[in-house]
Amino acid sequence: MDWTFLIFTLVKIAVVFAVVMTMVAYAVLVERKVSAFIQDRVGPNRAAPFFARYIPFLGPRLVRWGIFQPVADALKAILKEDYTPAHVRKVYFWIAPAIAMVPALLTLAVIPFGSQIGSQKMVIADLDVGILYTFGIVSLGVYGIVLAGYAANSKYPFLGGIRSSAQMISYEISMGLSVIPVFLLVGSLNLSDVIGNQSGSLLNWHVVKQPLAFFIFLIAAFAETNRLPFDLPEAETELVGGYHTEYSSMKFALFFLGEYAAMISVSAMMVTLFLGGWTLPFLGLDQPAATIGMGLVHILIFLMKLCFLLLIIIWVRWMLPRFRYDQLMDLGWRRFIPVALANIILTAAVLAFVRS
Amino acid sequence: MIVSRKPLSLAERFYLPAVANGFKVTWRHFRRTVFEGKTAAGETAGGFHPEVPWKVEPGYRGAPYLVRDQEGHTKCVSCQLCEFICPPKAIRITPPGPDGQAADRKNAEKMPRDFEINMLRCIFCGLCQEVCPEEAIFLQKDYSLSGGSREEMIYNKERLLALGGTHSGTQKWKHKLEEAKAQEAFPVKTP
Ligand code: SF4
Ligand code: SF4
Repeated sequence: MDWTFLIFTLVKIAVVFAVVMTMVAYAVLVERKVSAFIQDRVGPNRAAPFFARYIPFLGPRLVRWGIFQPVADALKAILKEDYTPAHVRKVYFWIAPAIAMVPALLTLAVIPFGSQIGSQKMVIADLDVGILYTFGIVSLGVYGIVLAGYAANSKYPFLGGIRSSAQMISYEISMGLSVIPVFLLVGSLNLSDVIGNQSGSLLNWHVVKQPLAFFIFLIAAFAETNRLPFDLPEAETELVGGYHTEYSSMKFALFFLGEYAAMISVSAMMVTLFLGGWTLPFLGLDQPAATIGMGLVHILIFLMKLCFLLLIIIWVRWMLPRFRYDQLMDLGWRRFIPVALANIILTAAVLAFVRS
Repeated sequence: MIVSRKPLSLAERFYLPAVANGFKVTWRHFRRTVFEGKTAAGETAGGFHPEVPWKVEPGYRGAPYLVRDQEGHTKCVSCQLCEFICPPKAIRITPPGPDGQAADRKNAEKMPRDFEINMLRCIFCGLCQEVCPEEAIFLQKDYSLSGGSREEMIYNKERLLALGGTHSGTQKWKHKLEEAKAQEAFPVKTP
């Protein structure tokens, strides 16, 4: 066993986990703020710890921007009574939130979030089958929701669970099909190679080369993460809370965190696959970093692209109404899957033509 | 009437105009709030809730309280109609029983020994006010009830009467008399 490898991997896991959890907390805050602004409100601006008063100038502003709100939210989720209704199926009720949360974090393992710092590659697991692993894990996410719907043993969660299984399975297919052209271009399933293939110029980014694939992947990502306009599994207006109707306190919070963690991991995948990962096509920022400073800059670039995509996902939630169930299925099976298939064949044909 | 649906154009079937319009609308509101500092609360009420109290309009259905008549007597006659109609069963009335305390006003047989409304259950529907034959219970203007425990949120008779105050303006039997008089003349004038 190589000890340095073990230690560095553990450090990377800890850092990525901490960063992702912070991002989740603040993504919730951004979501609340953006929704407030779009609806002519101001959003959370009250949570103030006792020391906020003593920070000159910045203190009141931080309070107004709601910077402390995630802390208050987390405390509330932890301290609330964890109520288990008498009619639930206990075992499934307990494991469902964990199953909903874990896959979202696992997918992050293969995402290269930076080039390298020193001799360490900035990816937790540099797998050669990166994308297959991702799809394998992502599809587990549906079990958390289906189990939650089944475990709650009442109507609304059950309907939510059924909807989510149908929705996630159909959109998984178009998601998987939409990325195949990308790998036809790259010639490898390793996500680091995918990024390497996009260096050089903006025109090499796969979002330029494969706009259709990006588009389908983006839409499928909304459906995979249960975000509006495809949030039928929770559909507050018709299913109360959908699959998490019966949950309270930290168990509910786990679903909530899971949703945002899934948003982050799916955005990270989009950045890697289509937006050039940690590279920028100028100032030599597309070559693996030689110094530690450059390594950090690469990570920063990655995070900025990630935040941009997150902002789009959040904004869309407050922009579009929910799709009807049949429209959702129609869109998935009758539009996206044929278009994705056509895209594969077209790309393959063009590649065959160009390379021969 | 049957509204005929226009067939969607190609662009509409791709949902593109919907996305563009959605962005236009949301961006307009976002810009107004962030860059011009305009908010709905600021425009309509002049500020935000705890600092700027909300103006309760007449006809608002707040918490239901018992009222006294102009002589300060309990109007409720413990008929228990409100207890029966209350959809979430928020009201519990203890009648005086055969040898309980007599009513404190004339023309009434009895008054409740205790009258409890559980404000945690009450849905402020107003059915108790509507059903009450004595005009003894009214939904008033309190909208922000809070308490530290469940027990605290069950209001008893004393508390309800104290909060309800006097309703000298509402004199039911006088109204009935006026109504009866009005109906003797023709054509009937409704107030
Ligand atoms: S307002 Fe409705 S819910 Fe409340 S006490 Fe009266 S009848 Fe009951
Ligand atoms: S409040 Fe009105 S309806 Fe209720 S018991 Fe008293 S008199 Fe009857």
